[in-house]
Amino acid sequence: MRATDVFGFASRALRGHRVRTGMSLLGVSIGVAAVIALTALGEGARLYVVGQFASIGTNLLIVLPGKTETTGGMPGFGGVPNDLTLADAEAVVQAIPEIEKGSPIAVGTETVAHGERRRQVAIIGTTHEMLELRHLSLAQGRFLPPLEWDRGSPVAVIGTTLSSELFPGESPLGRIVRIGEWRMRVVGVLAPRGEQLGVDMDDVAIVPVATAMKMLNRRSLFRVLLQVRGHAELDLARDKVTRLLSERHGEEDITCIAQDAVLTALDSILGALTMALGGIAAISLAVAGVGIMNVMLVSVSERTREVGLLKALGAGRGQILALFLTEAVLISSAGGLLGLAFGWGAVAALVAMFPALPATPPTWAVGAALALSVAVGAGFGVLPARRATRLDPVAALAGR
Amino acid sequence: MIRLSGISRTYQVGDELVHALADVTEEIDAGEHLAIMGPSGSGKSTLLHILGCLDRPDAGTYELLGREVGKLDETELSLVRRHTIGFVFQFFHLVPRLTALENVELPMVFAGLERSERHERAMGRLQAVGLELRADHRPDQLSGGERQRVALARATVLEPKLLLADEPTGNLDAASGRQVLALLRELNATGLTLVVVTHDPAVARRARRVLVLRDGLVFQRVDGAHVHEAVEALSRDENGP
Ligand SMILES: Nc1ncnc2c1ncn2[C@@H]1O[C@H](COP(=O)(O)OP(=O)(O)O)[C@@H](O)[C@H]1O
Ligand SMILES: [Mg+2]
Repeated sequence: MRATDVFGFASRALRGHRVRTGMSLLGVSIGVAAVIALTALGEGARLYVVGQFASIGTNLLIVLPGKTETTGGMPGFGGVPNDLTLADAEAVVQAIPEIEKGSPIAVGTETVAHGERRRQVAIIGTTHEMLELRHLSLAQGRFLPPLEWDRGSPVAVIGTTLSSELFPGESPLGRIVRIGEWRMRVVGVLAPRGEQLGVDMDDVAIVPVATAMKMLNRRSLFRVLLQVRGHAELDLARDKVTRLLSERHGEEDITCIAQDAVLTALDSILGALTMALGGIAAISLAVAGVGIMNVMLVSVSERTREVGLLKALGAGRGQILALFLTEAVLISSAGGLLGLAFGWGAVAALVAMFPALPATPPTWAVGAALALSVAVGAGFGVLPARRATRLDPVAALAGR
Repeated sequence: MIRLSGISRTYQVGDELVHALADVTEEIDAGEHLAIMGPSGSGKSTLLHILGCLDRPDAGTYELLGREVGKLDETELSLVRRHTIGFVFQFFHLVPRLTALENVELPMVFAGLERSERHERAMGRLQAVGLELRADHRPDQLSGGERQRVALARATVLEPKLLLADEPTGNLDAASGRQVLALLRELNATGLTLVVVTHDPAVARRARRVLVLRDGLVFQRVDGAHVHEAVEALSRDENGP
């Protein structure tokens, strides 16, 4: 029996029951549409979140003193690393073209006082570039002025909590605070930010890095933040930074990690969410499969005499199986194509309503939904088709 | 051509065993025209189904063209049904959504013949039964006699050796019945072996040989010409002494 004849016979049989065929076809198409719309939603959410995340500090490298075997662990244990110096940081920014800008960071704690009011807070020594690299914003005043990195200056930017503790009800701008032994002028107040980099940014004092190192008696930087020109150059830049600093130190005693790792984790979590949504939607495809099975069982029992006749005319079991299985697959794959159209329509409507959401169904989901719809027909069509092949021809001809 | 020996077929109905056929031994020669008669429930259809390889006996052997049918598997049986045997039924059994031509093409579809060849051969058969102008009609657009002629065209389109007909005129008016019978005799005249089940003596009369069944047994074998005497004997026997 030729494939075109199997196809022709099966589609003729289906056309004889338009309503019934249409209903079970609709079931499959709803399933496929659900898979496509929900995965598009998930994918849209993923792209949206990743995009938002990327906008607050993208393509960042973080250099830490000390060598760790794996990224993420605490560096600096076992072996005394060389200092990570301001000169190191400047060399990296100047010598490596992929690095757009950088910002050194020194940290410590110190008492900040104004008159009788005093408060122990985290001190961050950094440079003007920090403002942009960490996407900080100011509630009042200005950030640290652009200076040579190795030049100190008696200015400070303070967090909102610290500001209200030291200057309740008044503006701290232009006022002098004592940080340890140092007298510093407040030039700005940070906008409320919460915790960042493990530091409560509302309860800090930010001072020029050179000043901080003297104030805190530090010889080594805590971190160097580096912004890489493009995402694609992240790995290259990291290698170059590691190589350059190893050369300067005579050994590899720094760790350079990409903030990208966080983004990757988020990305994969949301990717898994999309898969889960697709999986849930796929359950509705299985329900549609049961619908096809039901329709095909009805069809086989209605056409018992026909099956008996086909056997009397010399149709083999395989041929009868192929005929009924093809009917089921035709229903399900036509439903799949219709569902694809429905799904695209739903996604288009979604995008029209929420233009910010970059909702498009992922290619794998479209492929999987179509493949699944064919498989649903084949899988759930087997039982009815086998029932047809097993009919006893004499009984079938008698309509029993 | 056909050798049946000790064929029996038993059905279990509740606690009871119904012997639809009990020990039938018979030979049918190639080119023969055999009629099977007998009262309702005597096993005529059961015998025809076994001859047509649609049913298997519980005991006994059936040899068709030198091959023992009982030893064939399902695939071989379907090939025998397709190429060696043609079937005509009392209720026509045309596929309602297919045209007359497509119905005639069906056996050739299973045989995997090409479209153009199928078309040509099916048209040829429709012409032979006088229905070439009805080729595009669906069964519900045909009269009973026309439907049976389409069925006859379908049964013979792959040129079988054996044509089996179960009450082929049972649902037809007299004129259509005569037309179908004439076609059957025409086919038999070309060498096709013909077995017709009927309860109509007028149909059986045209057969060379008549097998009269009763309660699953061969009650009488008579010449077609003497079928009326056999029917009388049967009814005498039925009514009892
Ligand atoms: N599937 C079946 N189940 C039970 N009994 C059956 C079945 N088919 C036939 N019979 C019985 O077998 C006997 C012969 O049936 P059948 O060959 O159809 O008779 P006929 O065609 O001569 O009228 C009848 O008594 C009938 O009731
Ligand atoms: Mg009968």
